[in-house]
Amino acid sequence: MSEASKDQYYVPHLAQWPIVGSIGLTVTFLGAIQALNSETSITPWMMFVGIGILLWMMFGWFGDVIKESEEKLYNTQVDTSFRMGMIWFIFSEVMFFAAFFGALFYARTFSVPWLGGEGTGLATNEVLYPGYEGVWPTNGPGELNGRFEIIDPYHLPLVNTMLLLASSVTITIAHHALRANQRSQTIFWLIATVVLGAVFIFFQAEEYVLAYQEFNLKLNSGIYGSTFFMLTGFHGFHVTLGAIMIAIITVRVIKGHFKPESHFGFEAVAWYWHFVDVVWLGLFIFVYIL
Amino acid sequence: MSQDITPNEMNHAEVAHGHDHHDHDHKPKGFVKRWLMTTNHKDIGTLYLIFAFAMFIIGGAMAMIIRLELFQPGLQFVEPDFFNQMTTMHALIMVFGAVMPAFVGLANWMIPLMIGAPDMALPRMNNWSFWILPFAFTMLLSTLFMPGGAPAGGWTMYPPLVLQGGHNVGFLVFAVHMMGISSIMGAINVIATIMNMRAPNVGYLNMPLFVWTWLITAFLLIAVMPVLAGAVTMLLTDRYFDTSFFSAAGGGDPVLFQHIFWFFGHPEVYIMILPAFGIVSEIIPTFARKPLFGYVSMVYATAAIAFLSFIVWAHHMFSVGMPLGGELYFMYATMMIAVPTGVKIFNWVATMWKGSMTFETPMLFSLAFVILFTIGGFSGVMMALAPVDLQYHDTYFIVAHFHYVLVTGAVFGIIAGAYYWLPKWSGHMYNERLGKIHFWWSTISVNVLFFPQHFLGLAGMPRRIPDYSTQFAEFNMWSSIGGFAFGLAQVFFIYVVWKTVKGGEKATAEVWPGAKGLEWTVPSPAPHHTFEEFGPVDLDKMAHGKDH
Repeated sequence: MSEASKDQYYVPHLAQWPIVGSIGLTVTFLGAIQALNSETSITPWMMFVGIGILLWMMFGWFGDVIKESEEKLYNTQVDTSFRMGMIWFIFSEVMFFAAFFGALFYARTFSVPWLGGEGTGLATNEVLYPGYEGVWPTNGPGELNGRFEIIDPYHLPLVNTMLLLASSVTITIAHHALRANQRSQTIFWLIATVVLGAVFIFFQAEEYVLAYQEFNLKLNSGIYGSTFFMLTGFHGFHVTLGAIMIAIITVRVIKGHFKPESHFGFEAVAWYWHFVDVVWLGLFIFVYIL
Repeated sequence: MSQDITPNEMNHAEVAHGHDHHDHDHKPKGFVKRWLMTTNHKDIGTLYLIFAFAMFIIGGAMAMIIRLELFQPGLQFVEPDFFNQMTTMHALIMVFGAVMPAFVGLANWMIPLMIGAPDMALPRMNNWSFWILPFAFTMLLSTLFMPGGAPAGGWTMYPPLVLQGGHNVGFLVFAVHMMGISSIMGAINVIATIMNMRAPNVGYLNMPLFVWTWLITAFLLIAVMPVLAGAVTMLLTDRYFDTSFFSAAGGGDPVLFQHIFWFFGHPEVYIMILPAFGIVSEIIPTFARKPLFGYVSMVYATAAIAFLSFIVWAHHMFSVGMPLGGELYFMYATMMIAVPTGVKIFNWVATMWKGSMTFETPMLFSLAFVILFTIGGFSGVMMALAPVDLQYHDTYFIVAHFHYVLVTGAVFGIIAGAYYWLPKWSGHMYNERLGKIHFWWSTISVNVLFFPQHFLGLAGMPRRIPDYSTQFAEFNMWSSIGGFAFGLAQVFFIYVVWKTVKGGEKATAEVWPGAKGLEWTVPSPAPHHTFEEFGPVDLDKMAHGKDH
């Protein structure tokens, strides 16, 4: 490595994408607010415009970074900055999920038993909600949205667990293939990962349809419905993002990007995929089984 | 980059670098290129500081309205609902718009200079972190002009009250989301910069304390801003999608929101004070002409405070109803924070012990910080006592407490830092006489403003109420007079800064004779690009470069 490139940390000039991103975020959120606040249900067209701007921003921004990377403007130190950025971004995502897991644990450990008369909740139970047992799963003493059934963990969720665990294996095989410079192998296993992810998302959608149509389990089914759909919903959204990211990485491998010894983009996506996998294991245990 | 570069590729890289060097000599021309598209840590730092100051003035104007209404008992100037909007917006703007961005601005300007880095680690993302904020706050402030007005349920956004806010709920939630995105990206950048961009011979225990406190603050930010995002998302779905997180009828609990919020909120308190600790730890050694006493213990104390901040949150909720064991645990855990904080206070005092002290404006603000922040700390220990807190909760005593830690703590720390580094930024010395006027004006008025509020609270005056019983009239009048004076003092500060930027005595590179730190090795004003080549720096120029 030449001295110059070793000592020079690449600092880009004139970033045009961030301001596009800010406009995109604002339009997206304003669109969402407009749709939420309207008395009659209107199409959130403005939100879609905003998301479009955000996608354009991401395409352009990542495109610039990929171009610079392929032009060898990044030394190992820049690479380390990217790695740290991704690691701490994933940590922030972990904490986002932690808030919702915390809500689930709080409801199950404290609020539901208290409403059922445990601990200091005796008076609450007898005066406000006599007869409420406070047993999980529950839609609360108000029995919001009526009786519901829960998803059997050992059918679709178990299959989904297998799918995601398998996809973690396939992406690791792809990674090893990339390091061994076996392009076609890499592409094959990446596509396998995307397919596993897509099937997972399909089954999740199937499960939601089942929950809504057969089990009367809905987002408004009290605290069970709230925690169930918010946790699995945000997870499903993250799997979708991850699958799109892997698809993009696959295209990049096909285009000849990445080197056996340097492929940060690939690794970042693989870390992200493992992260959604681990979150799923938490969901499978605490939302579905227990 | 790959380890083995072909000659062809190497050429390519050198061409690119040559091009960069060409750029480095000139700042980008034109407003859009210079400010909107900037990737320069100094320009972005300046943007952050200007933005934070603008928010400080807007949030301050709201405080003036609050103090105006409270000047006398009875309702004189504003409707109660508008008063509630003012208290809510004042807090949101000061916390997320003024104090936090001001610290990020200082971090942007100073961290690369202090560790010998060419820029922040992720310069484009740095731009985005800043440029989200004006949009977020425009969105939040726009609610003031809408039917139904701005959020009025308090900055803590407790349900169910905040959910009754009508159309502003969505604006509030999404504005908070945008502030969170900005903070998280800013924090990631700070961590990557400090861990990855230090000059090769600068170890972690050579770093200035401002860098250390910011590193720890950044970890706090990444850990808790997403939790706040989760909390407000649950508010949004409870409001618009009929979820039951905070509704007892569905098995949820409004107190759950308070737990999640304060799991964010307590570390947030330290996010707003740790960088100020760092600033004061830079300034006091310079003007006491002694190295910082107990450097390593300062680092450990900062880390200990950060750790403890995660396990004490429910002391904000003693009066909402908690099992006795919870009250006791949170009480004792909270009091433990006084130990590492005490370490810091004693270290600052010991740094000054037998020092050759002089009292320039940054030092004056730092000394006021040490004394007045400690007063805020003491009232904090008082409220950590659960049985006592039941008496103080939601009174003006808590208002006095957190304004002592936030105004005479965080804001004084920021102002001290601004005077300390302003010559480095602008190339001119500020006018010392004007600086001293600003200091005494601020310090006297801020005590007239907040000290009587302790007595009001102890006598039982509730917070967030536009009217009060007549026995509170005199202290409220004093408090309001102090408030108006303090507000004017900050307008005077604009004049002092403006005068310094426009002209004044030329600053030397060192600025403060004998000051330690790499920032004093570059010319004043600091050139657009500094430390462009990574290489060893002169450790003797750093306060803790050799031994500690």
